[in-house]
Amino acid sequence: MTDWIDIGTLADIPQRGARTLQLPGEKEIAVFRTSDDHVFALVNECPHKKGPLSQGIVHGHAVACPLHNWTIALRTGEAQGNDEGCTPTIAVKRDGDRILIARPDALKAAA
Amino acid sequence: MEVQVRDESRADGGDDILVPFEDVREHLVVVGNGMAGCRAVEELLARDAGRYRVTIFGAEPYVNYNRIMLSPVLAGEKAFDDIVINDAAWYADNGIELIAGDPVTAIDRAAKTVTSKGGRAIGYDKLLIATGSDPFIIPVPGKDLPGVISFRDMKDVDTMLAAADAGGDAVVIGGGLLGLEAAHGLTLRGMKVTVIHLMDTLMERQLDEAAGWLLKTALEARGQTILTGANTAEIYGEGKVEGVRLKDGRDIPASLVVMAVGIRPSTALAKEAGLDVARGIKVDDHMVTSDPDVLAVGECVEHDGNVYGLVAPLWDMCRSLADGLTDQHSGYRGSVTSTKLKVAGLDVFSAGDFSGGDGCEDIVLRDASRGVYKRVVVKDDRIVGAVLYGDTADGGWYFDLLRKGEDIADMRDLLIFGQAFAAGGGALDPKAAVAALSDDAEICGCNGVSKGQVVACIAAGNGSLDAVRGSCKASASCGQCTGLVENLLALTLGDDVASGPKTMCKCTSFTHDDVRREIVAQDMRSIPEVMQKLHWMTPDGCSSCRPALNYYLLCALPGDYQDDQQSRFVNERMHANIQKDGTYSVVPRMWGGLTNPRELRAIADVVEKYDAPMVKVTGGQRLDIFGIKKEDLPAVWADLNAAGMVSGHAYGKSLRTVKTCVGSEWCRFGTQDSTGLGVKIERMTWGSWMPHKFKIAASGCPRNCAEATIKDFGVVCVDSGYELHVGGNGGIHVRATDLLCKVATEQEALDYCAAFIQLYREEARYLERTAPWIERVGVEYIKQRIVEDDAGREALRARFLHSQSFSQDDPWAERAAGQHAELHQHLQPIAIAAE
Ligand code: SRM
Ligand SMILES: Cc1cc2nc3c(=O)[nH]c(=O)nc-3n(C[C@H](O)[C@H](O)[C@H](O)COP(=O)(O)OP(=O)(O)OC[C@H]3O[C@@H](n4cnc5c(N)ncnc54)[C@H](O)[C@@H]3O)c2cc1C
Ligand code: SF4
Ligand code: FES
Repeated sequence: MTDWIDIGTLADIPQRGARTLQLPGEKEIAVFRTSDDHVFALVNECPHKKGPLSQGIVHGHAVACPLHNWTIALRTGEAQGNDEGCTPTIAVKRDGDRILIARPDALKAAA
Repeated sequence: MEVQVRDESRADGGDDILVPFEDVREHLVVVGNGMAGCRAVEELLARDAGRYRVTIFGAEPYVNYNRIMLSPVLAGEKAFDDIVINDAAWYADNGIELIAGDPVTAIDRAAKTVTSKGGRAIGYDKLLIATGSDPFIIPVPGKDLPGVISFRDMKDVDTMLAAADAGGDAVVIGGGLLGLEAAHGLTLRGMKVTVIHLMDTLMERQLDEAAGWLLKTALEARGQTILTGANTAEIYGEGKVEGVRLKDGRDIPASLVVMAVGIRPSTALAKEAGLDVARGIKVDDHMVTSDPDVLAVGECVEHDGNVYGLVAPLWDMCRSLADGLTDQHSGYRGSVTSTKLKVAGLDVFSAGDFSGGDGCEDIVLRDASRGVYKRVVVKDDRIVGAVLYGDTADGGWYFDLLRKGEDIADMRDLLIFGQAFAAGGGALDPKAAVAALSDDAEICGCNGVSKGQVVACIAAGNGSLDAVRGSCKASASCGQCTGLVENLLALTLGDDVASGPKTMCKCTSFTHDDVRREIVAQDMRSIPEVMQKLHWMTPDGCSSCRPALNYYLLCALPGDYQDDQQSRFVNERMHANIQKDGTYSVVPRMWGGLTNPRELRAIADVVEKYDAPMVKVTGGQRLDIFGIKKEDLPAVWADLNAAGMVSGHAYGKSLRTVKTCVGSEWCRFGTQDSTGLGVKIERMTWGSWMPHKFKIAASGCPRNCAEATIKDFGVVCVDSGYELHVGGNGGIHVRATDLLCKVATEQEALDYCAAFIQLYREEARYLERTAPWIERVGVEYIKQRIVEDDAGREALRARFLHSQSFSQDDPWAERAAGQHAELHQHLQPIAIAAE
């Protein structure tokens, strides 16, 4: 059983952009919306030097990190091309217009 | 038991049918006389006609008709009678009781009965729920006014036809399939139609950005007004609808409002009866709900987490359902849907997952002259999705390859050209395919160049793509045939093909200069338009071409072009410099390096109030406040604005600083007022976007304390006037400026500066600073344009000032006032749901 957290609607996130989310005791999460309205959630840290991915340019299903321009795949969190590293991803589901993300384990224990 | 049944359908008054008293067959009651409900019954009859006694309830007062064909009815191409699927005789012949115009209001599963609004109570052995969907009504004020309707059934069409007869304006809310069909029909019926769509792209569920843009352009050409990214605030009117107001304040008068923003599975009845319902009524592979005697089919169901909104999957469901009811268990396994539609007479097609993503590669073909866009998404040598616009002939073929999961590695290079090409002649190697073409086969459609002509042109010594483009013009226009020409080069020359100039990025075969030239020549106005007309090979570009295109358009269309924030690097989106820890630094403008107690006090207050860990004097003669959190930026800016300071653009590909020295006001060597000149130059140039950052300095004498000779534009004052220098920079490759000329007056110094900046803005490539640009084009060229050509210089200056009239708004003030608040605030989770 997965717990889900309702974080808002599609319209809350700019197309080809991202918003951030801070859950108590958790790392900041970046929630991305692509040009075709897919939504992805990742820990808001580049695997390179922790750049805030939420601030990067979103193209296709990838984001270019704002600090040193690594390209990170949104679905897997993996760095593309010759770069190596992976950012943790968080499951997202849609319920109509609403967006839900999987509740992190630490929060579950606390609840 | 004897039941009297009446058919209240409009098509036929309906003679009463007497059901034989002694009918002891199992009784199947169907709720919903729509497409799925009736198709399920047809499938059942085909398998075992006599097995069930069937009763169908329909909320609509009609026999079963084809809902899809409501669009042609609205458009005036068909009449209701043409779209009837099963007429009254069909019900009679098959002994089916139709109770039309009387919706079922309750199901009692314990007693196994249904009750209707009209008070009928009927027992069932098997119940089939096929209630379809309900149109979604957005909860805005005025949604219940007369004249506000949805587009779902015959009644809605009747309302629209009546409104169209009365004439006037219509607003359609929703730019999906239904909305556009409604808009098309109403336009044909003579109404002036505005479509309001929340998203940036029409039909975003079926089409990607590129195809959506093509569709929008085509519909606009037919006279519809299409507003994307538009949010409805309210529908207003006294007693009946009179118009729609948008959140941004725009007001669109209308006597008819059609809401077509989506549908929701119609599940209320099932939910009240205690059946398992999630998004839709939950069913297994035989369309059985959580109650073994209750089945459900059509748009109202959820199978394996999916709900469907097109007919093709419903037909699959109906087959499995009928199999199950007649004990031949086949089982429904879900459907991959494809959408091949004529939207308002325009061909569009989409199938599978065209969103791309990991490991997916896009193969894109754009034919601007024919208005064609094709995109096939391939993963692990298999097609996973496709979007076609304008030419959908190969949609079925792609869909077939997709469904069968066929390996397409062998025809990958030709796939996008369609079945005839890719599967034809067994020539699967693109070079072989090109070799197999006859000499008179057309290679370049735009310029009418045949294969023979291209080969002759290559043989005559044109050994590169560029040379071919220059000589016989093949691939010189839209570029679609570039691949073919490259193959011909390889075929003709073997491996000696010279590589052409560097393209802008991997998304295009055009260079920066090509793109800039075409933007102006073809008067392109948006990023999707450029991508379509210039045959971008990716659906929405990448992080290097998007910012460049955004700049080129901005520069070409001052005041007209709507800046695309998402195509900007973070610093230009946040109007501050991102730091290694994700915080921001804030640099307010200090005109010519001057400041005063009020500004210093405000900066000191900000540093304390927002706990900034550091404040520093920059190399650009102003103060930099470090470590500001993105949430605090708008408040910081508000405080700085209050003290009269604006953004210093320390973050932008734009005018940065104008450094000055003290000059003749104070300095014993000063020849002119360099400080005053610096302030004037900064007032004139601040806020302008450039290909790269741009720095200016003005020194009061040749001692040059402001380091004017390593700036993009530098002024060194001398007794007799002003020396103007260009193309310097510090950084890794220090370059001292070239002397452009000497002028006598301060006004001339300002005018030459404006003209030089505009030349740089119009002709340098994105991310090319003045130093490399001048090394490329030569300082003589710059002199010829700025110094020798008086009229040309004046025109450049005028264009710069015109462009500045639109760009000197402080971006901080807008943000401080609340614009784009979402960029600075976290999302707020509203509820924690468990499943
Ligand atoms: C803040 C400042 C250093 C300081 O504390 O003094 C600075 C800071 C940065 N400089 Fe600089 N430069 C600063 C003055 C300079 C100067 C001196 C000047 O302007 O007279 C130079 C040499 C002159 C020149 O530009 O030619 C300078 C040459 C560079 C370069 C090399 C440019 C080149 O064309 O080679 C870069 C790299 C780049 O832009 O690609 C750079 C890039 C940067 C960036 C933007 C690095 C980055 O991309 O994040 C730094 C941003 C820090 C921040 O977050 O604020 N900075 N930088 C100065 C801000 C001036 C201002 O008030 O706006
Ligand atoms: C204008 C238009 C154009 C379309 N074009 C296309 C297209 O080009 N291609 C495509 O694949 N799909 C298209 N669709 C979608 C397609 O029509 C639907 O997918 C299909 O009709 C769904 O069938 P259904 O039986 O589930 O629902 P419906 O056809 O809506 O049937 C449900 C029926 O149940 C009735 N009902 C509801 N509640 C009750 C109750 N309590 N008691 C009795 N009766 C009840 C409703 O009145 C309705 O008649 C279009 C739809 C519309 C409206
Ligand atoms: S010199 Fe290097 S470290 Fe210093 S501010 Fe400029 S870019 Fe940053
Ligand atoms: S931190 Fe992301 S690329 Fe360096």
